[in-house]
Amino acid sequence: MGHYVPHTEAELAAMLGFLGLESLDDLYAHIPDAVRLAGGLDVAPGASESDVLARIDALGAANQPAAGGFVSFAGFGAYEHELPAAVRALTFRSEFVTSYTPYQAELSQGVLQALFEYQTMISSLFGLDVANASLYDGASAAVEGLNLAAAATRRKVAWVSAAVHPNVREVIRTLTAPRLELREAPIVDGVTRWPDDLGDAAAVLVAYPNVLGCLEDVADAARRAHDAGALLVAYADPVAAGLLRSVGSLGADVAVGEGQPFGTPLGFGGPYVGLFATRQAPYVRRWLPGRLVGETLDADERRAYVLTLSTREQHIRRADASSNVCTNQTLIAIAAAIHLAWLGSSGLRELAVRCARGARYAREQLVRIPGVEPLADTPTLYEFGLRTPVPAATVLERLAEEGYLGGVDLAPHYPELGNALLLAVTETRTKAEVDGFAAAFEKAVR
Amino acid sequence: MSSVPELLTTPNAGRASSAAVIGRDREPVVFELSSPGRRGWSFRATGMPEWDAAELVADAHRNDAPPVLPEVSERDLVAHFTRLTSRNYSVDLGAYPLGSCTMKYNPKLCDVASSVPGLTGVHPAQPAEQTQGWLRLLAELEDVLCRVTGMTAATLQPAAGAQGELTGLLLMRAWHAAQGSVRTKVLIPDSAHGTNPASVTLAGYQTVEVPSDARGLVDLDALRELVDDEIAGLMLTNPNTLGLFETDIVEIARLVHDAGGLLYYDGANLNAILGEVRPGDMGFDIVHMNLHKTFAVPHGGGGPGAGPVAVAARLEEFLPGPRPALDAATNRYVWTTPPRSIGRIHGWHGNALALARAYSYILANGGDGLQRVAEAAVLNARYLKERLRDVFDFPYDEPCMHEFVGSAANVKKATGVKALDLAKRLIEEGFHPPTMYFPLIVDEALMVEPTETESPQTVEAMAQAFERVVAEARADGGAAAHAAPRTTPVSRVDEVLAAKQLRLRWTPE
Repeated sequence: MGHYVPHTEAELAAMLGFLGLESLDDLYAHIPDAVRLAGGLDVAPGASESDVLARIDALGAANQPAAGGFVSFAGFGAYEHELPAAVRALTFRSEFVTSYTPYQAELSQGVLQALFEYQTMISSLFGLDVANASLYDGASAAVEGLNLAAAATRRKVAWVSAAVHPNVREVIRTLTAPRLELREAPIVDGVTRWPDDLGDAAAVLVAYPNVLGCLEDVADAARRAHDAGALLVAYADPVAAGLLRSVGSLGADVAVGEGQPFGTPLGFGGPYVGLFATRQAPYVRRWLPGRLVGETLDADERRAYVLTLSTREQHIRRADASSNVCTNQTLIAIAAAIHLAWLGSSGLRELAVRCARGARYAREQLVRIPGVEPLADTPTLYEFGLRTPVPAATVLERLAEEGYLGGVDLAPHYPELGNALLLAVTETRTKAEVDGFAAAFEKAVR
Repeated sequence: MSSVPELLTTPNAGRASSAAVIGRDREPVVFELSSPGRRGWSFRATGMPEWDAAELVADAHRNDAPPVLPEVSERDLVAHFTRLTSRNYSVDLGAYPLGSCTMKYNPKLCDVASSVPGLTGVHPAQPAEQTQGWLRLLAELEDVLCRVTGMTAATLQPAAGAQGELTGLLLMRAWHAAQGSVRTKVLIPDSAHGTNPASVTLAGYQTVEVPSDARGLVDLDALRELVDDEIAGLMLTNPNTLGLFETDIVEIARLVHDAGGLLYYDGANLNAILGEVRPGDMGFDIVHMNLHKTFAVPHGGGGPGAGPVAVAARLEEFLPGPRPALDAATNRYVWTTPPRSIGRIHGWHGNALALARAYSYILANGGDGLQRVAEAAVLNARYLKERLRDVFDFPYDEPCMHEFVGSAANVKKATGVKALDLAKRLIEEGFHPPTMYFPLIVDEALMVEPTETESPQTVEAMAQAFERVVAEARADGGAAAHAAPRTTPVSRVDEVLAAKQLRLRWTPE
């Protein structure tokens, strides 16, 4: 026990003696007996490093990981990408890993500058002025996007596309229930059908590409939102930004998204990183959620960085703050920045192109199979839906036996789509893997 | 000799220099290291047909050029970010007595445990049948967190403490709604962390502040006046943000429960009471934990953390879903969603790899080790506070737990040196400063939390450093403190200028 408490028995005695106490128990003497725990915790005694790792390894062995265990075509908001060795090595630097939120700027220039660079890269991806220093995940970023829109418009209604990821929509429902009214716009042939009258909406939330991989008409959604006096919040895929027009250039007022593809393993869903960007005026000073790093000068007039606009935040404004976010996901944001810098402009383009090539090739092979059809006629990028002649769950079970994670069954989320399977292809998949998969798929749908 | 090509003398491009470390030069922004066309990337050869961008995406959707990003070699990238790490303090470098943040040592074991491919490679949407190891890990972590807190059931979804708070308040709201009772207000002590009232607002409630009494504890008479049938509950940190244990907790719980309210435990300070006192035994109904404090998940420069919420039995049916559960019939783990769930809080299953770190930390320490953690944390704080008795004022002088709050008001009055100046001067002594100006009810507050992983010698060295900087301020009128820090990569930064010019991204000059 107590692997990480350095005190020797002699040191404990010396400190207690200094305090005029006889035992460690005396430290708690002022706490009423009625609430003291007698006999310690009902938790197993401490274990050695090797025993802990053996336990962890056993748990790991009880999983069949998508990455490594299968040839995977699963996407649905979490993607297997190559993780460059340099990104891993730098992200694990303990100066990043074991520092706190950079309140003491003079001791935190490394984290602050890395976040400043991250903010620059994310605003560039989305074609908007300012990105914050990250939020918890894509879902929480979407919630904060709607919160910003509600605060800025002083309205309460948010129109959410049904083609936004179902988990993201559920988080939005949970976290905005006390304050916002949500309306859902349905999916028709893969894309959102907006109502002619959006009423007095605060926000319109559209995904680009959407959860089915389809490319929405973001400019049209922006026009509709703006005509109604609402803000357009775009849930945008950051990998797709290497090929697609930026959501900022298409009229989005706020871009949110999931930054996992850059520098973060699948990790059973977390920790990931919520991307958030918007236009500087009029939104940043009053309503931007989360931490924000700004450039400044030190006392010797050297360039320096510091957390700024903290007057927006909860530790100053308390009940009047526009968000309760305190911690963000700094380490994951730094990983994303390092990965994006490793890619550079040309690498991000190449990454998006490779994903799109793989998806097009896979889709062409799969739709040749009798009974297999595209879920929609709308263009897609690197993720697409298929209608299968047997339930997708059955297809996935059969493919798993052949070593393939064949995608994600959409039936639990979109029963109206029938036997529907969602597949993603990233730069990690080879033509040979796709050919093998297509052959297995043909057998699996019989 | 021919002249040096201009291309090769661009000030920063591709310059792998340690000047930022040993010369206190400024470190270029990574964009400034760019050389157009340079690249560090490479990809797997896939054999895919080489369709170009125009063949893959219609004009209406395709950008003319990819977003502007740095163009650097991998070597320069590594040099740049390594230089940035050299400009940053961290727990691995030295003591970090930042009050309320529990900056304890983060065992390397947990780094390794959370990096095994069997955990990192799992896709969150894989069927439960393929992820039995993860479900078991999460189920066991829920169980042990309930044992530590004295609660019945838990959700691991919240990604951070503040998200845990909001989750807890939404549970409170759902529970009252199920009782058919409409409640509008949540009580919060005036010493509470700022996230408490902000979360209350987001949950659709109004904050009502409960004053502290002369001891620094909840003012019981004021509380009696405030509890009524409008009160949804009371949020309490215990030990509170002054580092003091709320010794009237049984009476506080009775008052809130008698009024039909629920008692919410903010777990920011759970480290002080592991194995000694459990929130459930104190009468709390809802508990959030900061795994990045108590259970040694590293803070990562400000996240990722994890903020699980544990509840009493009567609130279990409202927890976010899905939750892992062992199916007795098949002896396999499955996902279940509680019948009256408030819904998902997280896009997937919470910050799973951070949860795996906490799980391995708990396994390593065990029940006995966790109790020793709390005892040593309290001992270090109690010792340091006693050592500083003649240096600072202690307006709330009850026995402290794992942290204490001193006031530098006397120093400021005598010398003009503020808590902020002392903190900056302490940096030069080799320590990260304590938390300043919090809680708000203490003038010139310095909140100190040495944590249990600092040796007695380190704690004593901290005491001597505090003594030195205060004595120095009294001797030199604050000259050194006002000029501090002079040993850091940058000297004191201009926060006002940052907010005024609002330069939030790099742009070419």
